[in-house]
Amino acid sequence: MIDLNPMVIFFAAIFTNNMIFSNFLGMCSYIAVSKEIPTALGLGTAVTFVLACTTIINYLIYYYLLVPLHLEYLRFIVFIISIAAFVQLLEMIVERYLPNLYYALGIFLPLITVNCAILGVSLFMIIRRYNFLQSIGFSIGSGLGWTLAIVALAGIRQKIKNAPIPKGLQGAGISLIITGLMALAFIGFSGIVQIQ
Amino acid sequence: MNQILITTVSISAISAVFAFLLTLAERTIANYGEVTLTINDDKQYTVKGGSSLLSTLREQKIFIPSACGGKGTCGYCKVRILEGGGPILPTEMPFLNEEEIKNGIRLSCQCKVKENIKIEIPEELFNVKEYTAVVEEIEDVTSVIKRLKLKLPEGEEINFKPGQYIQLKAPKYEGNDEEVYRAYSIASSPFDKNHIELFIGYVPNGICTTYVHKYLKVGDTVEINGPYGEFYFHEDNDREVVLVAAGTGIAPILSILRYMKEKNIKRKAIFFYGARTPDDLVLPDYLKELENIMYDFKYIPTLSRVTEEHNWKGERGRVNVAIEKYLENGENKEAYLCGNKAMIETMIQALTKKGIPEELIYYDKFD
Repeated sequence: MIDLNPMVIFFAAIFTNNMIFSNFLGMCSYIAVSKEIPTALGLGTAVTFVLACTTIINYLIYYYLLVPLHLEYLRFIVFIISIAAFVQLLEMIVERYLPNLYYALGIFLPLITVNCAILGVSLFMIIRRYNFLQSIGFSIGSGLGWTLAIVALAGIRQKIKNAPIPKGLQGAGISLIITGLMALAFIGFSGIVQIQ
Repeated sequence: MNQILITTVSISAISAVFAFLLTLAERTIANYGEVTLTINDDKQYTVKGGSSLLSTLREQKIFIPSACGGKGTCGYCKVRILEGGGPILPTEMPFLNEEEIKNGIRLSCQCKVKENIKIEIPEELFNVKEYTAVVEEIEDVTSVIKRLKLKLPEGEEINFKPGQYIQLKAPKYEGNDEEVYRAYSIASSPFDKNHIELFIGYVPNGICTTYVHKYLKVGDTVEINGPYGEFYFHEDNDREVVLVAAGTGIAPILSILRYMKEKNIKRKAIFFYGARTPDDLVLPDYLKELENIMYDFKYIPTLSRVTEEHNWKGERGRVNVAIEKYLENGENKEAYLCGNKAMIETMIQALTKKGIPEELIYYDKFD
């Protein structure tokens, strides 16, 4: 177990070890839902919330069920099942009891089931041997970092909406190039702190 | 051995816990109980909440036109919600304009019924029913158009106005893995309430047309629902009737003609039909014969691609030229057009030029 303040991990997950810019995880919905800032923000919020919850569930399942039974190698399948089930449950709850929240981010929930940033955080938490508080800091930080990335991309995409982009690069092509440029900037921070 | 057992049991147990939780949630959280659905202020239904408005209405045997089957991609299933539909979802936005949003128009396939809801739909939709019909006849009338005669189940009737359409369901078949509905105008007479006749042109790679042209045979059953449509014959006057169609657009016109013939309506009628060659004319002999049977009817087929060998004595060129030639003026006339978009636009121009007011030109355009 590494000895780091959970808050340090929290900020590192946003800026220096951003899920998008340093690991390129969760790209599918990142490219698909980044046309406008409000929707990007909605999806980002949903991702952050689901990340925080699933990381806690997966932490408990891993350390209190899989480790005692020596079944660590099953973590992939177990994490996938728990994320999928949790997202579905969450969708039902939000739809029933929090209608306003449902209209804001409910429709994004099914998209998140298969977002690899979410599985990625659960797996990194195991590989990097974070303790419980560190995992929570890491998951919320990663979620906010992912939100930061998608909102930034949505902002840039709104700006370049009418720009004369060559035909072959329109849409996903130019988005990936922009992401690469942003990643270069963010990697500049990476020497500040080491969290793995 | 032991490890295999532990692995299997623990994975199963974890899955079982989640499955149990989800089932429990489905029963309790996603269970909206019974809600009241009020339509047009006078009809009330008690329905089970939780599913989309489109499928809830379908369960009550009320059919809203929908081509995509509730996936939110066609934008046909619009209804007006007066109370209790929740805010507009982002998935509906691309299909609604400002005016519609202001009037509470929603896509019924996206909007879920979770509380008591009040909606408004056109009165005609109560007449829409679903039928499982049997193919009685299917034949080529030209090289690309098939005539399809369907028999409704014994004892069932369809009540439609001449000019309206039904939706035909294309099921999954080899090369097509989704069910789709496509609209086709009814060509048969409204008096024959147990049969439906359709004219279906072949569109390369068209899902429904391929199904009809390549797979359907006599004795097969097909799913249809209807009737729908704002394009129909207006009886409340004695104006002369100008009919214009091209290709499969002849179907609703035939229905109008048959209706006029069987009801013995004493109004002057003239029908301009556009096609390419004599082989592309749909039922030319039948229409010619109608000239003798009907009160005062003239059939003017106009061909655009005739050559010397066709030995064609009728009109040549575009239909608007024939209109120019045969229609003296637009006084006391109303027009019914059916065809593709470009053709309809040209014909409206030609007819308004003759003096038929635009509000008396009714049309049904297809892609």
